[in-house]
Amino acid sequence: MSTGEGATAKSGAGATAGGGMTGLDIDTLIDDPGTRIVVCCGSGGVGKTTTAAAIGLRAAERGRRVVVLTIDPARRLAQSMGLSELDNTPRVVGGTRGEGELQAMMLDMKRTFDEVVLAHAEPDRAKAIMENPFYQSLSAGFAGTQEYMAMEKLGQLRAEDRWDLIVVDTPPSRSALDFLDAPSRLGSFLDGRVIRLLTAPAKVGGRSAMKFLNVGMGLISGTLGKIFGAQLLSDIQTFVSATDSMFGGFRERADRTYQLLKAEGTAFLVVAAPERDALREAAYFVDRLAEDDMPLAGLVLNRVHSTGAPQLTAERALAAAEALEENGTPHSTAEAETLAAGLLRLHAERVQVMARERRTRNRFASVYPDVPIVEVAALPGDIHDLDGLRAIGDLLGSPTERPDGPPAEGS
Amino acid sequence: MAGTSGTAGPGERAPREPDWEGVRLHVVSGKGGTGKTTLAAALALALAAEGGRTLLIEVEGRQGIAELFQIAALPYEERRVATVTPAQLGLPGKGHGEVHALAIDTEQALLEYLEMFYKLGRAGKALQKVGFVDFATTVAPGVRDVLLTGKACEAARRKGPDGRRRYDAVVMDAPPTGRLTRFLNVNSEVAGLARIGPIHSQAQAVMRVLRSAETAVHFTTLLEEMPVQETVDGIAELRDSGLPVGGVLVNMVRPPILDAAAVAAVDGDHREEVALALGEVGLGGRSRKPETVRAHVEPLLDPLLEQAREHAERVELERAQRVELQQLKLPTYELPLIGEGMDLAGLYRLAGELKRQGAA
Repeated sequence: MSTGEGATAKSGAGATAGGGMTGLDIDTLIDDPGTRIVVCCGSGGVGKTTTAAAIGLRAAERGRRVVVLTIDPARRLAQSMGLSELDNTPRVVGGTRGEGELQAMMLDMKRTFDEVVLAHAEPDRAKAIMENPFYQSLSAGFAGTQEYMAMEKLGQLRAEDRWDLIVVDTPPSRSALDFLDAPSRLGSFLDGRVIRLLTAPAKVGGRSAMKFLNVGMGLISGTLGKIFGAQLLSDIQTFVSATDSMFGGFRERADRTYQLLKAEGTAFLVVAAPERDALREAAYFVDRLAEDDMPLAGLVLNRVHSTGAPQLTAERALAAAEALEENGTPHSTAEAETLAAGLLRLHAERVQVMARERRTRNRFASVYPDVPIVEVAALPGDIHDLDGLRAIGDLLGSPTERPDGPPAEGS
Repeated sequence: MAGTSGTAGPGERAPREPDWEGVRLHVVSGKGGTGKTTLAAALALALAAEGGRTLLIEVEGRQGIAELFQIAALPYEERRVATVTPAQLGLPGKGHGEVHALAIDTEQALLEYLEMFYKLGRAGKALQKVGFVDFATTVAPGVRDVLLTGKACEAARRKGPDGRRRYDAVVMDAPPTGRLTRFLNVNSEVAGLARIGPIHSQAQAVMRVLRSAETAVHFTTLLEEMPVQETVDGIAELRDSGLPVGGVLVNMVRPPILDAAAVAAVDGDHREEVALALGEVGLGGRSRKPETVRAHVEPLLDPLLEQAREHAERVELERAQRVELQQLKLPTYELPLIGEGMDLAGLYRLAGELKRQGAA
């Protein structure tokens, strides 16, 4: 993968900036010392993790102290950042250039959950909680846990205040934004009757507990017993009563993280590819963020195709290819004709892909004219080292500005 | 069992014997962005082609099925979304099949589940009122997954009044690979938590179906490094947990236009000859003067060669990924890239391809 490809691709990406859309200036965003958190969200398979890593590296090489929190990186990408094991601790990524520093970590849900328990409960109680079978399943990460824990970890990293920029990658699903609901959900759960019911003494339907509750509750607790069976219900009740005291703290933390996300200094980036499904999901994310007044910085559109020969249309290229294949030419060899025809067909395919991508992007841009967009050219291979990430970073950054600031090759 | 299928022209080959005779529940997973929903829908069409009835289940609440079949958002209700005949898939034979679809709403599924197993009546409503349903479907671990897998197994086993199966096959558009094993195994976890009682037996029953020869878990992938790696890892994980691995659906395959050798040839000695051919075929403008022609062709040459190099690099990468997939020794199906973007015509074309290659 040469940077030359990046350079040809660049001209195409730059050319689109004038099309009525606002450009998203990543460099200004990451150079601003006021930017403390960048959250990358989007559907799976659009290069979200790569984008997060590339932004982290670029920010570090432009002088900031950065930590990248990834959720589930592809193995080789993880290795490229020196993350061979999942251990929930930020580690320095070697081989970066300049004064800044890049650290990276992979989220370990169970450990993060354990840390929350340890932080909020007395040692004995924490031990009891962690031995509870219900807790063990919960923390092993069913749907939803990952989202909560990613946000919990973000809160922790921010509170540590060891970095001046945190870049977060979110889980690859629609529920990635579920964390936005966490505080209100926890709130209504804690204030609700379910919790009172579950924290009532394990003897379901016992008079002491039910005294405060209306008749309907007796029916319900009986029903719960019937559904869960006595043993599971008692596991759940033990868990809930053991965690009762820490729920308050947990809720407070969720609230704080939520406020942190809304606060100045946080920027959300929605990542997508120029395909219908990916942009539909992107629209969903944009709407969802707007609903909660979350600060959206813009859209990163990955894998956009371009050509160095825009003057040659698909139609003309195809017609010429057909003419070469069918009629031949007076002086060229058959071999040259076949090769030339192949090149022309490739070009036609490329131009058609570009047209489709442009249509899809324009549809999005006409619905969301205020969302700044940065396009990142498609590279032919996968990324698995810092050079690859750096190339992506160059494509993300301002086109004209070559990294002029940072000193040369690491000292 | 199918080996890697070639990419012969469409519409000419007779369908193979289907590879998944006896499978009632097809679970389709894969890395995000590999076309999971599309291929699940195409598989449901293919399985119905000869006059069957299939059910396509969506679990992630994004209404991808409705989008794909170009219909209004699906309610929580099984309804017919398409009919299919062999002719529509470009195949010989007769028949008139139906694809039904269901987008699962977890809240309603929970009430239904409670009703089915506990005949709750008034208590069910009361649970909903105190927020239990809300709690269970959003906060409580695994409940969603229990409901989704339970519903799919129920549909796969359901019988009509005539004693015959309601659906010949059920296709589930499952969560992505990273979440898959946990999703499918949720019931064994539950069976471990609730060691006796109705939840326990229900969970056991679902696990029995999922582990049986009636279930096959297929993976969609692209010929790219990350999706292939995820497929390989996902299959290993699935095997470790004793779940039945199905086939590999390789999506968006593009025919190679130039191979690496050809590109090398262009790059070396033949550059001038190609320039000549491009000029001769009229890309040098109207003038006949060699300098003018050359001046027109010259700016095309480097970009075209660059595109060819990128193409060659991709072809080489794809070759390596194919080798990787072959080592899995699983039935593998290759589906062409639908260049114009996915629509109903494209969906039927993919279904025909799956049928021809023996996936249905």
